[in-house]
Amino acid sequence: MSESDIVLSVSGLRKVFGTQVAVDDMNFELPAGKSLAIVGESGSGKTTVARMIVGLEKPTAGTIIACGRDRSKPSRKGAERKLRGREVQIVFQDPYSSLDPRQTGADLVDEVLRVHHGGSSADRAKRVADLAALVGLDQRQMNAMPKALSGGQRQRVAIARALATDPRVLILDESVAALDVSIQAQVLNVLADIRDQQGISYVLISHDLAVVRQLTDEALVMQRGVVVERGVTSELLDNPQHPYTKLLRASVPGPGWTPQRARERAAAV
Amino acid sequence: MSIEILDPVAEVIDNAPANRRLPKLGFLGWLSVAVIAIALFFAIFGPMLAPYDPTLSNLSYSNVGPIAGHPLGFDDQGRDVLSRLMAGARTTIFGAAFVSLIAIFVGTTLALLTAWFGGKTDTFISAALDVLFAFPGILLAVVAAAVFGPSLLSAGLALSIAYSPYVARVLRGAALKERAMTYISALEVQGFGALRLTVRHLLPNISALIVAQGTILFGFAMVDLAAISFLGLGVQSPNADWGVMVSEGKTSLLQGYPLVSLSAVFCIVSVVAAVSFLGDRLESSSRGGNR
Repeated sequence: MSESDIVLSVSGLRKVFGTQVAVDDMNFELPAGKSLAIVGESGSGKTTVARMIVGLEKPTAGTIIACGRDRSKPSRKGAERKLRGREVQIVFQDPYSSLDPRQTGADLVDEVLRVHHGGSSADRAKRVADLAALVGLDQRQMNAMPKALSGGQRQRVAIARALATDPRVLILDESVAALDVSIQAQVLNVLADIRDQQGISYVLISHDLAVVRQLTDEALVMQRGVVVERGVTSELLDNPQHPYTKLLRASVPGPGWTPQRARERAAAV
Repeated sequence: MSIEILDPVAEVIDNAPANRRLPKLGFLGWLSVAVIAIALFFAIFGPMLAPYDPTLSNLSYSNVGPIAGHPLGFDDQGRDVLSRLMAGARTTIFGAAFVSLIAIFVGTTLALLTAWFGGKTDTFISAALDVLFAFPGILLAVVAAAVFGPSLLSAGLALSIAYSPYVARVLRGAALKERAMTYISALEVQGFGALRLTVRHLLPNISALIVAQGTILFGFAMVDLAAISFLGLGVQSPNADWGVMVSEGKTSLLQGYPLVSLSAVFCIVSVVAAVSFLGDRLESSSRGGNR
């Protein structure tokens, strides 16, 4: 595989908060059009990785390269920040705080387009309509204030915002974790369709192994800031090697699940 | 049996614009609006509408009660009280508005700076505000009067500076909370600049609190400015001002003619109460269900 096929490359990434090591020596490469899962329990450092990749957190050490551009250090230049914004985007977990309560979805996407590309309002309106269709929102929903939308609809608006400038990489930080199971499935389908249509790469941050299996090709398992196991998603989930991965798998409720049996299975691994 | 499909989204959207145009104020809310409208009217046109010259004194009418053509009577120097009330509305109301606007502007700017940049900027500004907190507004106004000479302008500026830390402190908390919302992070990731993010997104979302702070300050400013004028350090006699009138009225009051002071006090209290009440209503109605 040639260099140019790698859209996101992370090496030696480390983040320390005070005396706490949140992420240590993380390495991965994400080829164009492929998707990577970062799995782990709460506090394992996976969200910190996401925040470092999009530039909300400054790495203590290591490099992050997206689309051939180094983004390990925060940029002082507005133009550079916008350029980075067009390469990697993120969808956050909580759909209730991730939208400005005073802005409709259409205005939001329009503002993002205006900041990045300018252009005529007719061009932007067309792009807004295309994006709305892509994420499955009708015109009325796009013109509604966030408070009039459900969690799933808000998350679709957030996805439309993230996709507005055609990023190469989309980071999904527990993006469906806060949604009902049926809405989760709808949003996952939307995401899968978008990947097939746009050739975008996903970094899926999740603790939900079913979601990981549905959406990703490769997976990393993180425990206390360190990658303990990695591999092709289906193999990794079917045949986990590391005890922590086995524990994660054993903790998933399935048919015949009882807290009693879950404890026994966890003890067995 | 037919199934009715409820569409909550449509209902909410249909109601939204009507709600925004007319917040529910209730009887007292509309009464406040009326009082403020009348006060503003006199603040603008009062000096021109006053039936008599508010500074013309006629000692033969000293402390004469209400008579035909002079419904509120005369003060101890024989000046028409109604004319002085109407003329005095201008300095009293615009003075207080000036003070609260400047304090809100300075306080909001400081709050946004601390919330946005955090770290050392926050520490520095917060420390500077703590120092300012040590000076009571009236004391600062007295100092300003001593340095720049007694006038409404120096008293107003001193009060604005003294009030700014209160605004900054309250708004800093709200701005920090808003800053931590992921919609701000998402727009940062988009590469939006600090100015756009703070002014276009952060500021509107704390605007309800800013309005509330402004109305509270307006009340404080009006009372404090009146107190400063009462002390003789603000608006100078013979110019009409409600605070000055309360002060001048005290000689009449001691001689058994309370109408001069009482009418000015009544004006001050009604305007302050109306503004505070309206601010409170506006804040709670805009807080109801933003998220």
